[in-house]
Amino acid sequence: MSVLVVENLSKRFDSLEVVRGVGFSLNRGESLAIIGSSGSGKTTLLRCLNGLETPSAGRILINGQKLFDADDPHSENLKRRRASRHFGLVFQSFILFPQYTALENVTLAVELNARKSPEYRANRRETIASIKKTGLAILDSVGLAAKAGAYPHQLSGGQQQRVAIARALARDPDILCFDEPTSALDPELTGEVLNVIRGLASRNTTMVIVTHEMDFARQVADNALFIDNGAAIEYGSADEVISHPREERTRQFLERYSQPT
Amino acid sequence: MNVVLPSLLDGFVLNIRLFVTTLLLSVPLGLVIMYGSMTKILPIRWVSRLFVWIIRGTPLMLQLIIVMYVPGLLRWPIQAKSRMGAALAAFVINYAAYFSEIYRGGIESISVGQYEAGQVLGMTRPQVFFRVVLLQVVKRVTPAMSNEVITLVKDTSLARIIGVTEIIMSADRFTKQGLIWPLFTTGLFFLAFSGLLTILFRYAEDRMDFFRA
Repeated sequence: MSVLVVENLSKRFDSLEVVRGVGFSLNRGESLAIIGSSGSGKTTLLRCLNGLETPSAGRILINGQKLFDADDPHSENLKRRRASRHFGLVFQSFILFPQYTALENVTLAVELNARKSPEYRANRRETIASIKKTGLAILDSVGLAAKAGAYPHQLSGGQQQRVAIARALARDPDILCFDEPTSALDPELTGEVLNVIRGLASRNTTMVIVTHEMDFARQVADNALFIDNGAAIEYGSADEVISHPREERTRQFLERYSQPT
Repeated sequence: MNVVLPSLLDGFVLNIRLFVTTLLLSVPLGLVIMYGSMTKILPIRWVSRLFVWIIRGTPLMLQLIIVMYVPGLLRWPIQAKSRMGAALAAFVINYAAYFSEIYRGGIESISVGQYEAGQVLGMTRPQVFFRVVLLQVVKRVTPAMSNEVITLVKDTSLARIIGVTEIIMSADRFTKQGLIWPLFTTGLFFLAFSGLLTILFRYAEDRMDFFRA
């Protein structure tokens, strides 16, 4: 069964419709690449999923359950949606918390969340120790165990983005979203971040990846969605959409991106 | 000499009392005004910003005179009970307005991304503010606050305009008797005190030097 179904999702800012009736579904363990030019609405779509924006129309279903329905005005509660742990988001510009070490960045939200449980009061020390241990293991999985005590400004862009991935993973979301995770990086640093995402895909992490790295998208993603001007133009297996696009607009877009550099 | 120094010291005690009390009251009051000038409730925002504009746009000396004499002239029920009280009220209002703008600048300088990163991790608004944003704001406003606080030390001597016998007024009485050196000596008191504050602020900045914000 699909872990995520997005139906006819739209987002309008005043008179500007940024996302126009986009739909797709995602099975557990699969990943979806969203491609399209800058300003085509990809980021807004991710923000709608992650509870940073309220869609103007459409529905979001998680495991068949309604998470959001624009036709049911009482259903929307951004706070509840964000607290629900269905989605994790890795931003284009990392956005780590500068006053916390790499490890603290990973564990902060988890620890704050754990405070709600009665166990926390009873076994405060053990709970914190175990959160820290898990955090270290996650940092290790992105290759940064040695940098656990480093502050963000002491890390390279690629390392910062890997910490940001670890931070999102620490909440164990159902679906991990990436918003152009390598676009803010120097070219020589993109590889280490893409490799981490490749590793996640090989371990069947469910992901939605907005990216401009076409080769990477084809290798890693199961499906691909091409968005132009807010609308879904082509949706299918990643290999088909990226290697053998049917739509003229997809072809034009890919030609601009696949030029050898 | 044994008359002058105790007299200067008595005066400086008033400066320091003004300084400490003003800080204790205007630092929190500045938060209230900041909140007013950032709120989405437009009438409150307009009133707050008009207030800040008037306070920052007129001389502190004039504000001291107004607080001291105008309520009496207009026979208002609320009047300063003493010269010291009037001076304190004027300083608190004036510095709270300046502080509110420093705070506002600090808060507005934090990128929306910091809030959003906290929110998508499921943190509540207060958690994001207190655990993520606040320390970054404190770090960013410390240099400006340091400036303002050191200015306050020297501004306390303006209280003499409404007859508070702070250190310069104390020294001036000796000048009228033909004794010039006490007046110049007051400078040493201010230097010593602002030197101490400089060290304290330097220490605070060093303590926050472990991260970049």
